[in-house]
Amino acid sequence: MSYRHVVGPRTFVFADLADLMAKASPPRSGDRLAGLAAESAEECVAARWCLAEVPLPEILARPLIPYEADDVTRLILDLHDDAAFRPIAHLTVGDFREFLLAASSETLARIAPGVTPEIAAAVSKIMRNQDLILVARKARVVTRLRNTIGLPGTLAVRLQPNHPSDDPAGITASILDGLSYGCGDACIGINPASDSVQGLTGLLHLLAELIDRFAIPTQGCVLTHVTTTLEAMNRGVPVDLVFQSIAGTQAANASFGVTLPLLKEAHEAALALKRGTVGDNVMYFETGQGSALSADAHHGIDQQTLEARAYAVARAFRPLLVNTVVGFIGPEYLYDGKEIIRAGLEDHFCGKLMGVPLGVDVCYTNHAEADQDDMDTLLTLLGAAGVTYVMGVPGADDVMLNYQSTSFHDQLYLREVMGLRRAPEFSDWLARMGLTDAAGALLPGGGAPLLAGLAA
Amino acid sequence: MSRDEDPAAAGAADPWRRLAALTPARIALGRAGSGLPTREVLRFGLAHAQARDAVHAPLDADDVRAGIAALGFETLAAASAAPDRATYLRRPDLGRRLDAACAAALAAAARDPVDLALVVADGLSARAVHEGAVPLLRALKPALAGSGWHLAPVVVATQGRVALGDAVGALLKARAVAVLIGERPGLSSPDSLGIYLTFDPRPGRTDAERNCLSNVRAAGLKPELAAFKLHWLIDQALTRRLTGVGLKDESDRLLAGAGATSLIEGLHPTPSPSAGEGTPLPDEAEPS
Repeated sequence: MSYRHVVGPRTFVFADLADLMAKASPPRSGDRLAGLAAESAEECVAARWCLAEVPLPEILARPLIPYEADDVTRLILDLHDDAAFRPIAHLTVGDFREFLLAASSETLARIAPGVTPEIAAAVSKIMRNQDLILVARKARVVTRLRNTIGLPGTLAVRLQPNHPSDDPAGITASILDGLSYGCGDACIGINPASDSVQGLTGLLHLLAELIDRFAIPTQGCVLTHVTTTLEAMNRGVPVDLVFQSIAGTQAANASFGVTLPLLKEAHEAALALKRGTVGDNVMYFETGQGSALSADAHHGIDQQTLEARAYAVARAFRPLLVNTVVGFIGPEYLYDGKEIIRAGLEDHFCGKLMGVPLGVDVCYTNHAEADQDDMDTLLTLLGAAGVTYVMGVPGADDVMLNYQSTSFHDQLYLREVMGLRRAPEFSDWLARMGLTDAAGALLPGGGAPLLAGLAA
Repeated sequence: MSRDEDPAAAGAADPWRRLAALTPARIALGRAGSGLPTREVLRFGLAHAQARDAVHAPLDADDVRAGIAALGFETLAAASAAPDRATYLRRPDLGRRLDAACAAALAAAARDPVDLALVVADGLSARAVHEGAVPLLRALKPALAGSGWHLAPVVVATQGRVALGDAVGALLKARAVAVLIGERPGLSSPDSLGIYLTFDPRPGRTDAERNCLSNVRAAGLKPELAAFKLHWLIDQALTRRLTGVGLKDESDRLLAGAGATSLIEGLHPTPSPSAGEGTPLPDEAEPS
């Protein structure tokens, strides 16, 4: 069914809901590359007017990819919680925006299982950045494995100690540096250069031994393919968190070598290891706008809506951590700082609205029109929005993946400006180690207690 | 010994200096309150500026052609369908296609079928081409001369992506095409050249059908060794009639047999999990 909107003498016609949502999207290069973007600024706003008038049940009733054709659609509809949806079932997209602005944290938590990715994406498209921040800040998602992540007033950090050749000493040096800045409560997560089971095994043992030696209330993770992690678990290697990159369509997931049953198998295997101390959220997912188009698996749907569909995949496995790697994929999908900032806020909002513990890899590549000032802006906005976690990369320069993310220093900045604490168990550990004072401020001494502990 | 108060004066006795020597990552930077010391802000700014300039600097195609011609190669000029840098960055599809007039000119210039076409393209770093293309071809020339292969003129292309070589190779009736192209610059590697070899080039080839040598630069895979490996790969490709996942680079064995193992270990780039078109390579530069 087509949609139309009249602006003065002009009538804008949109072929279907997917077309309407794509044309209503704030401009970005990936939708232009896919040939889905509005052809004029006026058409974009006409699409938003039109989208604002669409009733939420109509979005539920018109899957963008047919139920029969895509297992992500089936997952979204099969797991949809009708009771949670009931309080918003009478609203249009425009009404829903106003409902969200006025809603309490408790209300947002109650409706989350009734919010489909398409509903979250639709309402985000008619929201300004400040709306995305305000609502996300109220939508708290708390997860636990060896510590408690996502409590109000906290920010966690994934310590990302990558090395171009997975050198254990080099990785350890980066971990110690990061811990001395109070990073690592979300996890200590290595992107390996090698994808071999042997390499993975060595790195997982390294993480387990470091975490054990210092009794750190956190979890380790090596971000390799789920099949490799499954193989490691079968061999008895200590796996805290199962990582996988995921996307919003069955075909895009297939291009990653992933199926829903495979994720379920890995989830059950990790649960069976019972490595948590305060909870059992054992999955870690990464996503990013543009991955489906890049795999030629986008079904004519805009990249932001597909990104929200990836969060539906994540949600089904009760993850500890999910983050969008917002500026990594390149300027053909998000061209400049403005597009990256907008996308980061949208992704964070959609994830939180759906009840997913969303963090953001605030990042860019050297061929994007972006720089450190853009990252400062996005990081600050996400701090205001209550982002679950960000990355801690030494000096913001990932020497393995060759892109720029947020640094150990950046998280200190955000804590100071926003008054954000760490996960409570991790915060207590830092104080016990003599790395911070009771208020969480770094003590002078530059991590000397860690070096002493290593020498002992 | 504290990194907090006086990082510059910490000296060699500081254990963090020893840790910093273990990784090219930017650790043990010190801090000023919650922020970076001024020195580190400026150092990062310089590295980013160099990487940005590498992306946006235009290719001096005439100069590159003159340098290649001076080595004794014939050359031709070409351009992709991307008219400018801004379009090139937004539209990877245009960078993979030839400009229509250029395609006609190349078709007209084509003669009998050849064994190998060489394409030099700016990619994401003209600087990598300016600094690396001529040294690589100079190192390759003796091996090419000794092989007896029929060569097409070297095509120097602007606003090109890797797959532009497929169109060029097909028009020039080449059995294989090698594309020398500026790679996506890392923060400390703005001058990295990539080389992609494709057997039976024609539009529609995928990255899985190519072999790649990455991180070709003075501080990475040096041109002499890159040329050796490329010659080995071309020879294998023409003999076995394939490139891509079915052809593994085993040229190291040949070198190891010649007693050059240490050379290889010192120069070989680390494989990247995301190796492919335009993807970055691990930074092997010394911590600077």
